[in-house]
Amino acid sequence: MEKKNLVNEFSKGLFQNNPAFVQALGMCPTLATTTSAKNGLGMGLATLSVLVLSNIVISAIRKLVPEKIRIPVYIIIIAGFVTMIDMVMHGFTYELWKTLGIFIPLIVVNCIILGRAEAFASKNGIFPSILDGLGMGIGFTLALTLLGSIRELFGAGTVFGITVWGDAFNVFIMILPAGAFLTMGLLSGLFNWIGISRAEREKQRAKLAKQQAKAGESA
Amino acid sequence: MKVFLIFLSAILVNNFVLQRFLGICPFLGVSKKIDTAVGMSLAVIFVMLLASVITWMLYGLLALLGLEFLKTIVFILVIAVLVQFVEIVLKKTSPGLYEALGIFLPLITTNCAILGLALLNIQNQYSLLETVFHSLGAGVGFGLALVLFAGIREQLELADVPKPFEGLAGALITAGLLSMAFSGFSGMIKL
Repeated sequence: MEKKNLVNEFSKGLFQNNPAFVQALGMCPTLATTTSAKNGLGMGLATLSVLVLSNIVISAIRKLVPEKIRIPVYIIIIAGFVTMIDMVMHGFTYELWKTLGIFIPLIVVNCIILGRAEAFASKNGIFPSILDGLGMGIGFTLALTLLGSIRELFGAGTVFGITVWGDAFNVFIMILPAGAFLTMGLLSGLFNWIGISRAEREKQRAKLAKQQAKAGESA
Repeated sequence: MKVFLIFLSAILVNNFVLQRFLGICPFLGVSKKIDTAVGMSLAVIFVMLLASVITWMLYGLLALLGLEFLKTIVFILVIAVLVQFVEIVLKKTSPGLYEALGIFLPLITTNCAILGLALLNIQNQYSLLETVFHSLGAGVGFGLALVLFAGIREQLELADVPKPFEGLAGALITAGLLSMAFSGFSGMIKL
């Protein structure tokens, strides 16, 4: 039972509660940095690192922080880690750091991080908090990479810089800001449609089972 | 003249919401009615102006001490304190405006347009006067996008939208079309 719970802490962020598509948190970086698959992946990984690190610290000090000033304390911890990631990326991945620009310091105001701190890390132990941060972070990274891949594929005909169909079929608007809104809107609509049709099928199956049970009874 | 160009380009060419993707959360969140959109825009313009002037000055101080790397931490703290301060002052001096802005004031702390604006002012190495006009332009641009979007959404309420595109998905598509319209301004002003 215990083990199953831990697995659930990790996996809930991947699909079922995916921060970008399901909870619609952190929309600014989701839309702004997904001009290519590589940028999306980079932004996702940066957010993932800050999320896991801040979850660890916030969970560790959760009993020391007075209730009333917890939000400012969390923000300072998050801002500290963001500054560290900013410097690390400046040092090791300069090109990526330059393309992502102000969206790296803006991880501070990404609602996913403060949201997980408030909703999970401040109430749970360190190990579950790490798993929660990893799950949510990986879910966010997957969403950003997917969005980035789609926009890069239709905008430039490549994915991660690898040519798929080259210049043959390019929609210029996909790399423009408008493309981000449209792609995200269509994906979100697609997921809604999948959700709705699955719920309807479920309903029909239940109805059918009921009818069969009734038929069995009367017979 | 350059100041005026900065002002205009922040409204139209580099619109904060539709071209730079800053402040998407309030853009999607409080755009159901025109009245609330106007209230939110006013609050944002006000805090943007104050925050960017103060952070601009503080950055000068940090640069003097050689502590530029602390800017993210200092800026977010300043913004959080400022929003609280504005809330208290408004409550005392003009209860009418305070009532009108309501819950929008505390929400502004986590609006990435404010922190983004403060960071952009530093990145572009603006002078104090340019910072003031850039902030005004950013605020007005945010307001323009928000009010336009709210107007469209009010009309959309009456339309027959396919079921999967109700809510967020439809809002995003609308924003995409609005963004496409604003893309028409790109390249008009070169700074």
